[in-house]
Amino acid sequence: MADTAASPESGDEDAGRRDFLILAAGAMGVVGAASFAWPLIDSMNPSAEVLALSTVDVDLDPIQEGQSITIVWQGKPVFVRRRTKAEIEQALKDDSAELRDPEKDGDRAQKPDWLVMIGLCTHLGCIPLGQKSTDPKGEFGGWFCPCHGSHYDTAGRIRKGPAPKNLPLPPYKFVDDKTILIG
Amino acid sequence: MSTGSQWKNPVIRWVDDRLPIFTYMDHEYQQFPMPRNLNYFWNFGALASIVLVVMVVTGVMLAMQYTPHVDYAFDSVERIRRDVNYGWLLQYIHMNGGSMFFIVVYIHMFRGLYYGSYKAPRELLWMLGVVILLLMMATAFMGYVLPWGQMSYWGATVITNLFSAIPLVGDWIVTLLWGGFSVDNATLNRFYSLHYLMPFVLFAVVGLHVVALHVSKSNNPDGIEMKGPQDSVPFHPYFTAKDSVGVGVFLLFFAFFVFYAPNFFGEPDNYIEANPLQTPSHIVPEWYFLPFYAILRSVTIDILFIPAKLMGVLLMFGSILILFILPWLDTARVRSAKYRPIYKYIFWIFFVDCIALGWVGSQPAEGTALIIGQVATVYYFAHFLLVMPILGKIETPLPLPSSIAEPVTGGGGGASAGAAAAKMEKP
Ligand code: HEM
Ligand code: FES
Repeated sequence: MADTAASPESGDEDAGRRDFLILAAGAMGVVGAASFAWPLIDSMNPSAEVLALSTVDVDLDPIQEGQSITIVWQGKPVFVRRRTKAEIEQALKDDSAELRDPEKDGDRAQKPDWLVMIGLCTHLGCIPLGQKSTDPKGEFGGWFCPCHGSHYDTAGRIRKGPAPKNLPLPPYKFVDDKTILIG
Repeated sequence: MSTGSQWKNPVIRWVDDRLPIFTYMDHEYQQFPMPRNLNYFWNFGALASIVLVVMVVTGVMLAMQYTPHVDYAFDSVERIRRDVNYGWLLQYIHMNGGSMFFIVVYIHMFRGLYYGSYKAPRELLWMLGVVILLLMMATAFMGYVLPWGQMSYWGATVITNLFSAIPLVGDWIVTLLWGGFSVDNATLNRFYSLHYLMPFVLFAVVGLHVVALHVSKSNNPDGIEMKGPQDSVPFHPYFTAKDSVGVGVFLLFFAFFVFYAPNFFGEPDNYIEANPLQTPSHIVPEWYFLPFYAILRSVTIDILFIPAKLMGVLLMFGSILILFILPWLDTARVRSAKYRPIYKYIFWIFFVDCIALGWVGSQPAEGTALIIGQVATVYYFAHFLLVMPILGKIETPLPLPSSIAEPVTGGGGGASAGAAAAKMEKP
């Protein structure tokens, strides 16, 4: 090293090589650190045993027309409502109203009688009121979130207030006429 | 070995020759020159340091009794209050200490705003302060979740959901923060881990804050630099004594709340155990977050292509981040409001604006409160982005004294004072 550095030409050549080596080593270091960071970050994601608790059966038999129940799925409240004829009609009529997050009622309920939604306001996650018959149901006859005043209609679509989206739908299927499987 | 060791005690000298901590302490906390004209507002940095120590000590003791599990957390805190020896005292000190910390730091910051302490050459000192503020907020927020009451749970839900406003990756981030599909046991555990970690990070940043302070030295009510020994007094005994007076008064204030009004700053709902299926009718954060909460909720319509929810979040974080660039937004050539005839009033308008935001944050977001909140939010940003840059250009400052000593002794600050003063005025 010492003797090559003495000659200016080979010194330049060396400098180029040194720059390259420093860059390459630095880049490898960054890649290495980043690939070690991923396991650390991903360890914060839901773990296998949390993911395992991800299906629930719901027996629909005891629910009367106009009644709702709230069940827990993945730690979240899920609203299951057996809608009245009037509510279904209203929801269909509102298909053509001005909607912030346009969705047809037919796309939100697999069977018109049954509306199954995650009961968390899409604003900041409070639980909207409207499950009990004595609850306020908002200006559109569905649900009302008291936290910052979001109104949802009879298909759980956002109609007024700060929430950006309709109440989300969990994945579910009808096992038979009287049972659904959520998850 | 070492040449100028001033230490007579051989043990001290032996250590100091190898690790000069005694020389360092002597230099930074005994001889250290402080402006002779400081008022009591310069106590608040020391007070904040005391609170930090109190929080760490009580926190470590509480951690020995606390159980970070959704099924036991609430009960373990009740047990600390009722059954653990002096648990009630530790718990109330720690709980009220959070509020004390923010009272002290907010006064400390408004002091900086009034006397222009963020201006050159103290920009980095100020910016480290803003980092400290952010760390304090994160620590306080996560600490508040630990007792697992209704406000703990729903506050955590609402605040973590803020991140879902981020386009594309928002929901992924929220799931990552929760470690599940809602605020749950995994969330509680990681908040506990981080709540324990953060104060030590705070300690480190406060250390840097103090190092930066000891380079630029303290600002003072006149906002002019010290020009020589006639302008300063040594830290010890002058400020060890003055800070002790402040600490005494402050501890009385602190003790009043701990012993006579321990729940003054708290929310009754947090004495109800967390229930993921029941949202409290009115969610409010701790008082020190109220102005920011008001800004968050003040946006009710989509602005251009930005949805209302995202805009609220951006403004809320922006309201703190904007402090980082304040040293460059303020174009004034003098520091202290004492010599700024217009800023003197603008400062108080801004102060009232912050208080108004705090009040709005405590009210439901509707009607008059909402409108006041919107006006106050606009003014908050206008203060930094319009008023500060323009005012500095158009305001004629009052003549500065030629030295700190001048108004005290009636004399000038020595031969070089005039020249140095001129230098200071254009930072
Ligand atoms: C844990 C919280 C904090 C601690 C322990 C702390 C500590 C201190 C101490 C001991 C001093 C010197 C004494 C004094 O001037 O009062 C100081 C000065 C200062 N601090 Fe802080 N500080 C904290 C938070 C903040 C925050 C949040 C800001 C602003 C965003 C800030 C900005 C400043 C400034 C600008 C100075 C120099 C003031 C001057 O000389 O006029 N500090 N700090
Ligand atoms: S969380 Fe429902 S309106 Fe804000």
